[in-house]
Order: sequence, then C-alpha cells, then structure tokens
Amino acid sequence: MVSPTTMAAVRASGAIPNAEYLLSAEGIRKEFPGVVALDDVQFKLKRGSVHALMGENGAGKSTLMKILAGIYTPDQGEVLLKGQKIRLQSPLDALENGIAMIHQELNLMPFMTVAENIWIRREPKNRFGFVNHGEMNRKTAALFNRLNITMDPQTQVRDLSVANRQMVEIAKAVSYESDVLIMDEPTSALTEREVAHLFTIIRDLRAQGIGIVYITHKMNELFEIADEFSVFRDGKYIGTHASSDVTRDDIIRMMVGREITQMFPKEEVPIGDVVLSVKELSLKGVFHDVSFDVRAGEILGIAGLVGSGRSNVAEAIFGVTPATSGTISINGKEVDIDSANTAIRHRMAFLTEDRKDTGCLLILDILENMQIAVLQDRFVKGGFVSERALTKVCEEMSSKLRVKTPNLSERIENLSGGNQQKVLIGRWLLTNPRILILDEPTRGIDVGAKAEIHRFVTELARDGVAVIMISSEMPEVLGMSDRIMVMHEGRVTGFLDRAEATQVKVMELAAQ
Amino acid sequence: MSTNSAAQAQAAAQKSARRLPPELNIFLVLIGIALVYEVLGWIFVGQSFLMNTQRLTIIILQVAVIGIIAVGVTQVIITGGIDLSSGSVVGMTAMFSASLAQASTWPRALYPSLTDLPVIVPLAVGIGVGLLAGFINGQLIAKTKIPPFIATLGMMVSARGISKWYTKGQPVSGLTEQFSFIGTGIWPVVIFLVVAVIFHIALRYTRYGKFTYAIGANVQAARVSGINVESHLVKVYAIAGALAGLAGVVTAARAQTAQAGMGVMYELDAIAAAVIGGTSLAGGVGRITGTVIGTVILGVMTSGFTFLRVDAYYQEIVKGVIIVAAVVVDVYRQKKRKT
Repeated sequence: MVSPTTMAAVRASGAIPNAEYLLSAEGIRKEFPGVVALDDVQFKLKRGSVHALMGENGAGKSTLMKILAGIYTPDQGEVLLKGQKIRLQSPLDALENGIAMIHQELNLMPFMTVAENIWIRREPKNRFGFVNHGEMNRKTAALFNRLNITMDPQTQVRDLSVANRQMVEIAKAVSYESDVLIMDEPTSALTEREVAHLFTIIRDLRAQGIGIVYITHKMNELFEIADEFSVFRDGKYIGTHASSDVTRDDIIRMMVGREITQMFPKEEVPIGDVVLSVKELSLKGVFHDVSFDVRAGEILGIAGLVGSGRSNVAEAIFGVTPATSGTISINGKEVDIDSANTAIRHRMAFLTEDRKDTGCLLILDILENMQIAVLQDRFVKGGFVSERALTKVCEEMSSKLRVKTPNLSERIENLSGGNQQKVLIGRWLLTNPRILILDEPTRGIDVGAKAEIHRFVTELARDGVAVIMISSEMPEVLGMSDRIMVMHEGRVTGFLDRAEATQVKVMELAAQ
Repeated sequence: MSTNSAAQAQAAAQKSARRLPPELNIFLVLIGIALVYEVLGWIFVGQSFLMNTQRLTIIILQVAVIGIIAVGVTQVIITGGIDLSSGSVVGMTAMFSASLAQASTWPRALYPSLTDLPVIVPLAVGIGVGLLAGFINGQLIAKTKIPPFIATLGMMVSARGISKWYTKGQPVSGLTEQFSFIGTGIWPVVIFLVVAVIFHIALRYTRYGKFTYAIGANVQAARVSGINVESHLVKVYAIAGALAGLAGVVTAARAQTAQAGMGVMYELDAIAAAVIGGTSLAGGVGRITGTVIGTVILGVMTSGFTFLRVDAYYQEIVKGVIIVAAVVVDVYRQKKRKT
C-alpha cells in the first residue's frame, strides 16, 4: 500500500509508466447490513475514454462509483490507479490521487461566489496569508475560458440556474487537474443546448487523455458520448462492451436480464368528455395565456425545455402557487383552486418533479408516506385515523404497484428511486383522482420500474382518469401521450396529435 | 449453506431490532443512571437510592411541571420548530390564574371583588392565557415566516415582562384551598400523566399527529399533499402554549403563591427532556413516551445529586454534560442504523 502523498508525488514526477488501464477495480465486494451491494465486480477504465456505467437503480453502480471516489472502502478486492494498488480512505484522498467526482446532488455553497466555491480549501493567498480574490477570480476566468463557459466568477452561486451550477461543479472537478472524472447523471437538469455544451467539454477532456466514468439512465447519451460501457445487475458485473457494437435493445436486455417487449404500453382507450379546462392561465413573470383541455382517458403530454414554465403551470393548476389570472374549470364548472388542499378536494393529484424536495417524507416509513394525502377526507373518524383499514388499503396498493420492500414500516429513504416513486404514485392513487398531473414521473428511475410506471399510467387512462404528463424525455412524451402541448419561455407554442408528433416537430416548437 | 443461515439469522436479528420500541435505549439509560446512584449511595451515603418510595415520589413531583411543558414542546419540535417562550408563559399564567384564585380572607387581594371564585375560573384563565400566547407564536411563525426561534424568543421576553408588570413585581398570595389543592400530593403527577397519555394518543392515532410528523419530515411535501401547514402550525403552538399555561397553574397551586420569576429556564429543561427522549431537533421524529422518560431522567439526575450531597454548582455542570452526552449517543445510534 502506498500513502496518498507519496502516490501524488510519484504521479507528479511522471515516474509511473502508462499502465494499460488508467483505473481498474477487481473482485470488489461491498456489503451493507443485510444486502450485498457489490459482489465480485470488476471495472476497467482506459486512458482518454468515456466509460458509461449502466444498470437499474440498485444494480450497484452508485456503490462502485463511491468506492472509486473514496466515499466507501470495499470489503474485498482492489483498486488500481495506473497499475498501482491504492486504498482510498476519503473523497479528499481520491482527489489527491487525481480522481474527482461530480455528484448528482450539487454540493455548492449558495452564499459564496463561483470562484470561492471552485477554489475552496485551495484559495490563492497573498503575502499576509489572506485570500487573494483578484488572483482567484483570474484563475476562475482562465478555467472558464478553457471550458468555454461564460459566467462571472464573482456571481453568488444562489443566483445561478441549476444548469449553471452543474457547470460550476464540472469546472471545479476539472480544476483539480484530475486524471479520472466521475460524473453521476450530469445531464439530468440540463437543457439540450447545455447538454451539447457539456458533451463538447467531455470530448475535449477525453482528447487530453482524461478518463471519464459516466453514469446515466439515458440510452441516447450512451450512444452519443460513451466509448465503452459496463452493465451491472443486482450487484453483479454483467459485461463491458464498446457502445458501437450494440443496440439499445441489447443493453436493456443486459440491464434487466429479460426482454422488455414494449417500452411504452400505450393503449388506445375511448376518450370521454372534457374534465379539466384551463383558460388563459397566467402567473405574472412566469407563464402567460396557457389554455388547454384534458379529457377523461386522455394523456396530455407537456413538452418543453427546463425553464419553459411546464412545472409552474402544473403547480398553478394544483394550487401550490396559484395563478394570477385566468380560469380553471372542472367538468365544466369554474373552480377557484387556492391551495393543494382545494385541488385534492376537486379530486386532483400531483406527482411533483422533485422526489426528495417535494415528494418523500424521507425519514418516515412507507405507510406514513402513502397515507398522508388520503387523510384529507377519508379514513378519518372524529380526528382518529382508521389505522387498520388504511393499512390494509396501503398494503394492497403497495403490492399492486409492486413496491419492493420487506414491509411497509421501512423508511422510504432506504428504497431505490423507482420504488420511492411507486410509493408516491400510491399516495395519489389512494385519493381516487380523476385528474392526475405527473411531473417527470420517471426521472432517475431504472428501466424496469419505468416500464411499470408507464403501465400504471396507461391503466389509469383506461379507467377514465385525465392525465397530464410533463416529461423531458422525448421518447416518453411521444410514446405515452395522446396529444402533446409544447411550451417555450412561458408560452404555449403548439399542440401536436399523437399521429403527427415526432421528435423533430416537438423540438422545433420547444426551441423556436 | 452456513453463510445462508448466517444471513438469515442476521436478517431475523435486524427484524426484531426494528420491532423494539425506540424508547428502549433511553429507558436503559434511565435504569443505568438510577443504578449508578444506587451503588454510589451505598458507598458514600450508606443507604439505598431506589428503595425509598418518598424519594421516588418527590422525583416525579419535581419534574411534573417540566413534563407538562415538555409534552407541548415535543410536538413543536416534531414540526421542526422550537418554543423558547414556555418558561415565561409559566410565570405569566401563574400570575394571571393566581390573581383570580385569591381567598376573600386575604386582605390584599388584587381584585377584591373577584375572590373565592370557583377553581375552574383561574384554571381556565391560566390555560386560556397560555393558549393565546401560543396562538400568537403560531400566527407569527405561519404568517410572517419568521423563524420559530425568533418568534418564541420575543414571546419569552414579553411574557416575562407582562408577569412583572401585572403586579408591579409583587407576589400574588392568599390562594383558595380549592386552588392550592391542584398542586398538592400526587395531583401534579396525575395531571402530567393524563396530559402525556392524551397527546401520546393524539400523535400516534389521529390525523393531527400524522400531519405534525409530515410537516416536520418535509414541509413542502406536506403542503403538496394537501395539508394546510400554516393553520396546523398555529394549532401546534397554541397547544404548546396551553400546556405551558396549565403548567403555570400547577406551579402557582403547588407554591400556594405566584411570582413573576416563576418558570425561569423551564423552557430549556423541557427542550432537554424532549431531546433526551429522542425527539430530533431536525423535525419529524419524536414520541411522548420518550419525552416522559427524558423528563424522569432529569428528575432522577437532580434528585440523585442532592441525595449524594453534591454541591449545587457541580450539579449544573454535570447536568449539562449529561444532556449533551445523551444526544451524542442518540446521534451515533441513528448513524449506525442508517449505514
């Protein structure tokens, strides 16, 4: 075992000959109480390549990545950096060995400037030992210049969009001059244009010989950016292939270990009367003159780039942030929805975009998470909750939605993203909604759970529920919707019927 | 085969561990502290700490008032808030209720025309004034969105001011026997336990309780799930205020007098009791049973020090250390369970 500092020194001196692989891991095993997260897993990253990790949630790719980034230490197996065995004790240790990780949750300090965030712990000092802000800002500007990012180093991070924060994270990782960059779903909050920019940066870094570990759920990104990919399933290593050698179906088969015959099980169901009618709805400064109807059994897709106002429209209809003008009618009767409570009384349901922030009661158990919305009007007598009846209904819902858990008293934070989402869907289905708003229902969810959620949505439509589905994933919108409403910068730019909708037409309306 | 059965055993062990009530740990701490005193008692004082019914009664009696407050504070903390005003509310409500509980035989009654009133009047006024203070706390927090720490800090200062202003600093004495009866014998303990049982049930089995936990776990998710967060918070703070008011009545009755300085620092003891009992200051976690045990721990600690004739100065120093230690242990336990 070599200490990190000597390792860093050796690395700097360039004494180590180029090993075949930049970073490799063999025979990795990691156990958590009750679960084997990784079992005899291997991984090999070539110099100057982008290597994608694929697998359903819970497959073990996050655990592997955390081992490579020094967050976890493996129980068995070894990690080799340029042929040298290393044993990382902390993320800092990993950074000093030239392995930087960009987390999915952004770890920036909102009240500090961009430059301060990037150089934290490494601030350039003047001769009195104080931070030299001028030098720090110059270094940041140079870094941004190299990455082709246009941003003022002195902006406070809290004033940045999510996409720009992501760019800061990337710049920060690059600033460590690392050999290995680990990216965990870096595009989940980015618009198409920003994704393109990110990919340019990645190709640039790759050309400089940096190895990039890239975790994604998006198949098209894999084909666009990755040279190789490794698939994991249930904590086991399945295989590594060049992305040019395989098809989308091959990968899905490797990931789920079974064929998914139909990704989008959309059924043609009879479409009924207009249930929800929105007229000239506006929220000052956010979106304007949004009008649309949704009918019973219909799935209305809402497409548009992040920031186009899609989610804001949903929040306004549901009363989370009521609109400043316009009308909402349900079954032909105009209603005043001033809070989520009112919306629920009108039998609406709203699966929000952000599972962690506005969905899950993370520290509470599955049962408590599932029952919270239905308690507004059912299963309560004289203030007391009819515990037994409600538990039974929740158990039925949980098995119907195939939530994978030993029992309902498990904390929801211990479930995978897909299972959390199923619990939240269960929360809303218990309220018997006739209008269901889904905002990014399958974001960050593995392929298997995704297909199941699509199937539930289809079933709901068949039962006559009016569904509004907001999604950034083009195949999902195209595959599931009867009609697609496209938004751009707070305005509706057009409607497309299922028959005429194509990716190109949606993008034309969304990007204008 | 052997690894398989080992894994099964491990899974079974985990399952049973999950079934155990979370209060068990803190209960063991209580037993541990009591046993330490028992041993030290035999060594240094030459008598038993526990085999003394009178002492055990006094322990509970001394903390009953703190316990009543702690039941309310626990609910506030579960929502992710804090209530610093309860000690001052005790002082204020003690003054108000005592001023309406004076006997006509007392020559310097505050309201000579309002003496010998039935006990329900001072009781209702005490609880009512506390409720009002809590309601104001809740409104401030819900409407202006100022942090609970600040809102209740303001109430803490103002309520103490009101207690002093009310009689210009004079104590209120000459209380009716009927009123004093509330504070005699085992009654404060009975009131504490009844309050604890009521709110234990409320938190576990009613919609009020479910919403309280949901707000503490994730206020935004609670709002999207249709909970009227603002009005619920007002309820929780009002209840905490009412319980502080009840505690004020009991304090005055027990002392058979009311003084503006009553209840100083009670809010911190109540918060300590809740936190020792496993309530998380981050919100979403906590149970009344834990708070009751936490309250008793505070009582046992104080009583044990006196029993061992430890200097009062040392008592406070050690008490502070024990409060922090109890929470540190809990934090580690939580961490262990997570990974």
